[in-house]
Amino acid sequence: MANTPRSRVNLLSKAISGTHSSTGGSTLLGYIGIDTIIEQMRKKTMKTGFDFNIMVVGHSGLGKSTLVNTLFKSQVSRRSAGWARDEKIPKTVEIKSVSHVIEEGGVKMKLTLVDTPGFGDQINNDNCWEPISKFINEQYEKFLKEEVNITRKKRIPDTRVHCCLYFISPTGHSLRQLDIEFMKRLSHSVNIIPIIAKADTMTTEERQEFKQRVRKELEMSGIEFYPQKEFDDDMEDKSDNDKIREAMPFAVVGSDKEYQVNGKRVLGRKTAWGVVEVENPNHCEFAQLRDFLIRSHLQDLKEVTHNIHYETYRAKRLNENGGLHPISSSDTQESNL
Amino acid sequence: ALIQCKTSTLNWQQRNLEGYVGFANLPNQVYRKSVKRGFEFTLMVVGESGLGKSTLINSLFLTDLYSKDYPGPSQRIKKTVQVEQSKVLVKEGGVQLTLTIVDTPGFGDAVDNSNCWQPVINYIDSKCEDFLNAESRVNRRSMPDNRVHCCLYFIAPSGHGLKPLDIEFMKRLHDKVNVIPLIAKADTLTPEECQLFKKQIMKEIQEHKIKIYEFPDTEDDEDNKLIRKIKEKMPLAVVGSNVVIEVNGKKVRGRQYPWGVAEVENGEHCDFTVLRNMLIRTHMQDLKDVTNNVHYENYRSKKLAAVTCNGVDASKTKGQLTKSPLAQMEEERRDHVMKMKKMEAEMEQVFEMKVKEKKQKLKDSEAELERRHEQMKRNLEAQYKELEEKRRVFEEEKVNWEAQQRILEQQKLDASKTMEKNKKKGKIF
Repeated sequence: MANTPRSRVNLLSKAISGTHSSTGGSTLLGYIGIDTIIEQMRKKTMKTGFDFNIMVVGHSGLGKSTLVNTLFKSQVSRRSAGWARDEKIPKTVEIKSVSHVIEEGGVKMKLTLVDTPGFGDQINNDNCWEPISKFINEQYEKFLKEEVNITRKKRIPDTRVHCCLYFISPTGHSLRQLDIEFMKRLSHSVNIIPIIAKADTMTTEERQEFKQRVRKELEMSGIEFYPQKEFDDDMEDKSDNDKIREAMPFAVVGSDKEYQVNGKRVLGRKTAWGVVEVENPNHCEFAQLRDFLIRSHLQDLKEVTHNIHYETYRAKRLNENGGLHPISSSDTQESNL
Repeated sequence: ALIQCKTSTLNWQQRNLEGYVGFANLPNQVYRKSVKRGFEFTLMVVGESGLGKSTLINSLFLTDLYSKDYPGPSQRIKKTVQVEQSKVLVKEGGVQLTLTIVDTPGFGDAVDNSNCWQPVINYIDSKCEDFLNAESRVNRRSMPDNRVHCCLYFIAPSGHGLKPLDIEFMKRLHDKVNVIPLIAKADTLTPEECQLFKKQIMKEIQEHKIKIYEFPDTEDDEDNKLIRKIKEKMPLAVVGSNVVIEVNGKKVRGRQYPWGVAEVENGEHCDFTVLRNMLIRTHMQDLKDVTNNVHYENYRSKKLAAVTCNGVDASKTKGQLTKSPLAQMEEERRDHVMKMKKMEAEMEQVFEMKVKEKKQKLKDSEAELERRHEQMKRNLEAQYKELEEKRRVFEEEKVNWEAQQRILEQQKLDASKTMEKNKKKGKIF
């Protein structure tokens, strides 16, 4: 696909030829075509597609499924408002994961949504984070086992959780004890993005106050949510991420119904006193969250998961047992026979 | 005037009156007496923190019972559920209402909420017990009624249904107190979601056989229609606010959002007016009656049955229910005498103390006076001495002067004598 504009290439080659790299790089005397590697990568990834695993955590009724549907503009998770309610609140936290393949602009994405019904719904919620923690570690374990194999698959299926959206209930006062406990325990094994759910409960001032309080509490409890300060690569990253960190946690409203407002069709919630527009930045911060999550930091989420969280887990595991024995391919040999 | 009796069980005879007797004035007398006595009402609010309970109470009674300085739940970090009560005296149109609001901070906030309803149950039972004891006394001139008349239970607006905690709580409290479930922060839900949610909740309430407060049927058809309308709206979806906002030139209480204003007193936005009318304007007395006739009687019969059945009372009453009236009177008299004695002893103590104080004071002043007296005496003596000294000096002077005078006199005499002598000698020239 020769979409590469020549002008861009020329500019790039000029830039390259004009720099003196520290490794004694030589100036180019003509156009070679190294920069087409970006194009090649693009082609490859488009063919293979890529996967993204997102987990939603929060007690029932906070609009998790609705938000995910709104984010990915499709029915990736069954809306619980239509429950016939024969599915009672489970007695223990369950992990349900559903995969969909969605396509946009020729790019295929295998989106896996991991839901955690039953979290925080019981009377006694002690240790309700354990099943979730176990699940996350199991995914790392699977990946590790695959990696350590002698004959590895060409492309290891990545089921690790790349991002965990934690839904905070909009009480208007502060974080609940359960929120702090969960985030403390899981912020080191997965990227946690806290979100204020059902933001149409609060007026603009209440929202600001609540956000400040939540941020302060998160700071005080030492909870590092994504984007973590320590992983900022350079100044540009840092300034971008600082801006985002200032605005977090995003206060969102989800909806998959459309209404007419001023002649436009918008996604929103219709109440007796007005329509809450989901994508209107004055009403809620959904657009910011979507841009942040999908349009700018999707790849970064995967990288942080792979390079940092997964590596932490791997190091811990390998140090524990004095090293994992690579699983000999006796199983595969057997199946071949 | 015709007398008509509605109770069909008794065979009352209708009598026609021949003139105006005047007992049609009875309601006015009752009214005047009650107004003088004033009314009491105890309201309990239960629900997780952040559901707008305090705001709703402020909106209902148009006061700032929970002011902005009142520490919000974020600062009240208590590990167990507390039960706090605050009393307020409100007056309106000459009618006085002692309103007690019972709050339960910490309810449902911990990670492990098992038995978080226990403090609430204990509180309600203890108030019933107080009333029972007060009722069983022989002398019951003053019987303050602190029983909880109504419990507003706040349900979080999840849109799904009741949480296990809600169900547990209501199951345990529906036969101890009038439970009125409310959907808190109802401006979270769109009208359709609200309808679905209400239906879901009512279904679950019926499923679990929870007995929430039932509105009594009246004879009046008009009222019945209203009551039926209210029943259809249960549980009431409320929004609270005391902030006044201007909408289309009108001043209303509401919440200002970027997309509109949710008005608290607008029947189409939420059921706040229904709740207020029901709770304060029409059914307050009925709530008290049901508390008295149903819940309290339940408690009482359970308590007394436990006692008579076992002979030994398992819970700790003051032993007043196990004795015959005479013995009870004796006991009460003894109690009273003891109280009197104690008061006497106390008064004596106080008296002694006062006397001692006074004595001390007097002694002090006496000493003071003595001192002053001494001082004055000394002053006086000093002055006296001074004067004496002066006198002496004066005397001396006097003596001197007299001596001098005498000398002068003598001289004069001598002089005159010599003159005379000279005269006599005729040496007159």
